[in-house]
Amino acid sequence: MFSNPTVLFIQVMNSISLGMNLFIIAAGLTLMFGVLRIVNFAHGAFYMIGAYAAYSVIQATGDTNAGFFLGILGAAAIMGAAAFLVERLLARLYDKEHMLQLLFTFALVMIIKDLVKMIWGSGQYSIAAPPFLRGAIDLGVSHYPAYMLFLCLVGPVIAVVLWFFMERTRWGRIVRAARLDREMLGALGTDVKRVYSTVFIVGSMLAAVGGALAAPRSAVDPGMDSLVIIDAFVVVIIGGLGSLLGSFVGALALGLVTIFGSFFLQEWVIVAVYVMMVVVLMIRPWGLFGKPEQERH
Amino acid sequence: MTSRPQLIFLLVTFLVLLLLPLAGSRYLVDLASQIMIFSLFALSLNVLAGHIGSISFGHAAFFAIGGYACAYLLTTAGWPLAASMAGAVVLTAVSALLIGLVCVRLNAIYFSMLTLAFSMLVWAVAVKWKAVTGGDDGFVGVTLPQFLTDPVGFFWFTLGVTSLSVAALWILSRSAMGRTFIAIRENPVRAGFLGLHVRRMQLVAFVIAGVFAGVAGCLLAIYVRGMYPQTAFWTQSGQVVIMVLLGGVHSFVGPILGATLLYLLEMTIHQYTEYWPIVLGIILMVIVLAAPEGIVGLFQRLRRRLRRPTTP
Repeated sequence: MFSNPTVLFIQVMNSISLGMNLFIIAAGLTLMFGVLRIVNFAHGAFYMIGAYAAYSVIQATGDTNAGFFLGILGAAAIMGAAAFLVERLLARLYDKEHMLQLLFTFALVMIIKDLVKMIWGSGQYSIAAPPFLRGAIDLGVSHYPAYMLFLCLVGPVIAVVLWFFMERTRWGRIVRAARLDREMLGALGTDVKRVYSTVFIVGSMLAAVGGALAAPRSAVDPGMDSLVIIDAFVVVIIGGLGSLLGSFVGALALGLVTIFGSFFLQEWVIVAVYVMMVVVLMIRPWGLFGKPEQERH
Repeated sequence: MTSRPQLIFLLVTFLVLLLLPLAGSRYLVDLASQIMIFSLFALSLNVLAGHIGSISFGHAAFFAIGGYACAYLLTTAGWPLAASMAGAVVLTAVSALLIGLVCVRLNAIYFSMLTLAFSMLVWAVAVKWKAVTGGDDGFVGVTLPQFLTDPVGFFWFTLGVTSLSVAALWILSRSAMGRTFIAIRENPVRAGFLGLHVRRMQLVAFVIAGVFAGVAGCLLAIYVRGMYPQTAFWTQSGQVVIMVLLGGVHSFVGPILGATLLYLLEMTIHQYTEYWPIVLGIILMVIVLAAPEGIVGLFQRLRRRLRRPTTP
C-alpha cells in the first residue's frame, strides 16, 4: 500500500473524513463534559436523531442542494429544541452524584431509541449527498469523492468556529469561567443556569449535525447510535476530557487507526481501537491534551 | 440501613425460594433463576460501586469472561461442571487482577471510562475471536450435565451457588475488610493517612467484584446454554449499574431489589408493548428525579416520615 502513493493518499483522506465526522460529535460531548461535568451517554442517540431528522427534512424539501442544507439545519433545530426540554430536567441533577446523571442519560437513550423506532420504523434509510457534492474531484494525486472531501473540510471549519467562540468572545470567556468556578461566576452576576443550558443545547446540536453529515456516508438505522457513542467516548478520552484540541487530535487518530488498522488487522481493527484507548489512558490517564485535575465536589 | 433487617430480608428470601418449586409453576421457577443470576451480578458490582465507591462502567466484561470461559470449558474442552466453573472463576479473577491493576490507578470518572474501555475490548475480542467464542452468532449449544437440563434442577443449582455467593459477600461486607472498603469510599485521602493501602484495597475489591460477576456469568451461560457478545457490550454494563442504583448503593440488599425490580419491569412491560424500553426509560427517569437514593432510600424516607408524628 505504501508503495502506491495514490492508494496511500486515498486512505489518508478517508481517515481524515472519518476523523472529522467523529470530531463534530466528540466536540459536543467534550464541551458538555468540560462545562457541565456530565458524561452524556445519550450523545449517540442525539447523533441518531440528527440523521433521522435530516432524512425527513430532505424528504420534505426535495433532494436538492438547498434541501440537503435545510436537512442539516433542520436536524440541528429539532435537536436543539429537544435538548432545551431535556436540559430543564437534567438541570435538577447538576449538583447530585455522577451516577444519577449517568442514569438519566441512560434512560434518555432507551426513550430516544424507542421514539425513533415509533416515528421512523426499524427499517434502513439512506440519504444521498447533495447534487453539487456528487461524483469525484481531481486532487492532483487522485480523484476523490466530493462528499468525503466536504467532510474533511467541514471538521476544521467547525473546529475554528468553536475555537473562536471559546477563546475570542465574551461568551467563550463566560463558558470557560463556568468550567473553572461556577460559584464565583454566579456571584459575579452571570446567570450560570443559562450558560449550562446553552452549552448543553449547543453540544446536542453538534451531535445532530454530526449525524446529519454522516448519513450520506453510512446508513440511517436504529442501531447507529450504540457504536458511535463509544467512538465519541474514545475520541474524547484519548484527547482529554473537556479539551477541544484534544478531541480534534483524538478524532484524527481514531480515523487513522480505523482506516489503516483495517489493512493490517482486517476485522481485528476494532480491537486495535480499544487497545489504543487503553494504552493512552495507562500512560496519560487524563488524555493527550487534558490536565490532571481533582474531582470537583 | 442496619444489619438486622437486611439479614432478615435475605433469610426470608432464601426460605421463600426454597419453597418456590412447590408452587408447581415452571414459569415462576424459571423467572426466579434469571432474577437470581442478575441479582448476583448486581451484588458483585456493588462491592465496587457501593462498598469502596468506584463506579465501573465495564463490569459486564467479567460477566462475559466468566460465561464464555464456562461455556468453553464445559463444551469445547469437555471438562466436568465443577472444574469448568472453577476454571472460569480463576480466569475471571486473573483478568480482573490484570485489568484492575491498570484501572485502580485512576479516580472517579477516569476510572469509569477506563473500565468501559476494557469492557469494550473484551466485547471486541468476543465478536472477533470466532474460533473460541463463535463470534457474532455467539457460543451456542453448551454441553450440560443431565441434572441441569431440567429447569427445576437448574433452579436448585442456581439457588445453591447464589446463596453461597451472597453469604460470602455478606460476610465480607461485615468483616474488617468490608469496613476498610467503606472507610475508603467515605474518604480515600483520610483512609490513606490512617495507613491503609488504598490502591491495594481497591484492587482487592475489583478482583472480588470480578470473580462474583464471573460466577453470575457461568450461571447465565448454563441457563441460556450459550453466551453472546452482547453480554460484554456497554449497554449490559449500563444495565447492571442501573440495577444497583435503582436498589440503592449504600445497602447490601439494594442491588438485589434493584435487579429484581428492573427484571420484573422489563418482563411485565414487554408483555404489553414492544416499546418496553421507552416505558422503562420513563420510569427510570422518574426514579432518578424523584427517588435518587434508590428503593432502599425511598423506604427509609417513608419510614422516617411515618415515624415523625410519634416522635416529635
